[in-house]
Amino acid sequence: MNKFLLFLLILLQSSAWAEPAGGELYEQHCAICHGADGKGGVGVPLALESFLESVSDEYLSKTIHVGRPGRVMPSFAELSENEINAIVQHIRGWSKKKAPVYSSQPISGDKEEGSRLYQQKCASCHGVDAQGGTGTGVTFSRPRDLAIIAPALANHGFLQSASDEMIKQTLLHGRKETPMISFIEQGVTERQIDHIVAYLRSLQGHATKKTEGKALPAYLKYESEEDIEATLAALKKAAVGANFRIIREQYLEDGYVEKGKEDKKKIILYFCNFNMLNKALAIDPRVGLFLPCRVTLIEKDNKVSMITINPAAMSQRFNNDELNKICEEMSVLYEEILEEAAL
Amino acid sequence: MMRALIMIWVLVLVMPISHASEQNVLMIRSSQPFPEAMTTLQNAIIDRKYTLSRVQRIDVGLEKAGYETDRYRIVFFGKLDEIKPITDKYPEMAAFLPLKMVLFSEEEDTMLVALNPVHLSQVVSDESLKPLFARWLHDVKAIMNDVRIGE
Repeated sequence: MNKFLLFLLILLQSSAWAEPAGGELYEQHCAICHGADGKGGVGVPLALESFLESVSDEYLSKTIHVGRPGRVMPSFAELSENEINAIVQHIRGWSKKKAPVYSSQPISGDKEEGSRLYQQKCASCHGVDAQGGTGTGVTFSRPRDLAIIAPALANHGFLQSASDEMIKQTLLHGRKETPMISFIEQGVTERQIDHIVAYLRSLQGHATKKTEGKALPAYLKYESEEDIEATLAALKKAAVGANFRIIREQYLEDGYVEKGKEDKKKIILYFCNFNMLNKALAIDPRVGLFLPCRVTLIEKDNKVSMITINPAAMSQRFNNDELNKICEEMSVLYEEILEEAAL
Repeated sequence: MMRALIMIWVLVLVMPISHASEQNVLMIRSSQPFPEAMTTLQNAIIDRKYTLSRVQRIDVGLEKAGYETDRYRIVFFGKLDEIKPITDKYPEMAAFLPLKMVLFSEEEDTMLVALNPVHLSQVVSDESLKPLFARWLHDVKAIMNDVRIGE
């Protein structure tokens, strides 16, 4: 009996540890953002022929392992080498062409000249500081017929994943189906391309390594000496004064108890600045998790507390530096509104 | 010996759950179109005895304001007997309650996103609330799974 149980446990253990196929791993870890067929979504499209024929397996593996700090793509460092390889082979299955193999040898060039050329030829898409295009993937960020957003070339994850040779080949040949053009066809010489590669590599030392999470309070809370009605009126006035539109006020218990029986000392005020909302959604479609803007008022022991989430703290969960910036601004704005309402 | 083996086996089974409890943001993709996914979501919430208190139509607001957008809604849900005592004791928790999920379309598919409720223990450090947050995580994951498989 004991031997049978032992056999059963070993069987269960081995099945729990067995590494699933690349397709299953892709489905589990990647398909949510990149789509089951690799056509992209919150994540960039992977099933582009020109992308797959210009990136090496090593680049894909390292990208999965280190991610893109501050650019939504997380690190999957918890996956084993075999699991990552299985995912890479699954992705590779979308292309009929063989994966290129690039030399890992550094390319020498004049980084000062490369910087000048970069500003001239690359910065309009990839950003002055090679920080990449705005937004993430395809959702809300751009027209769907545009295949990609310009990658953040100064990103630590990119520079750790891409060899000099791979960057050079991309510059030489461009990528069809994307706005990335062949530099040779634009009259840039191979030597000049080497300078650009040298410049990009020089950014590695000060490239984004990871989104540093300062310990921020999860919520913002201000107290008012006024009663809840007067505080609510002051809050509305402050929100409107900060260019927000009041969209709704309700009791916290609305929808949970019979109408009229709600706790009148717990009120939620919703407000919105649609321009800001539109920008935030383009940066990261998951931002709805802290939308719409709202403040909850709670009267307790003759004091009214105005409480709201701290957007700057919340955004730290999203691995998105662009979102962090807008959320830091939002936190300042929230504080101003709450402070004014508390006066 | 047998007890030790059983312990190892239990640990193996629990490992994926532990990993899920560390994720900040939970997200799934459903092959259901948006309207069907919304219906599945609402049914899944109600099936787990939560009250669906409101659906915020972000897309409608944006379109009225002159912006183009895909369909984008926020669904609020909770249980009064949980929301009331917790916000009575800890008013700051009111900023995070009721719970919510974000549903948005991505071409033919629909995406569903939620914050991991376990991270609410960073808002209030009350050990007695941890089982409640863990149950919320369990329920949120079950609801998301229903939408993912379209049931």
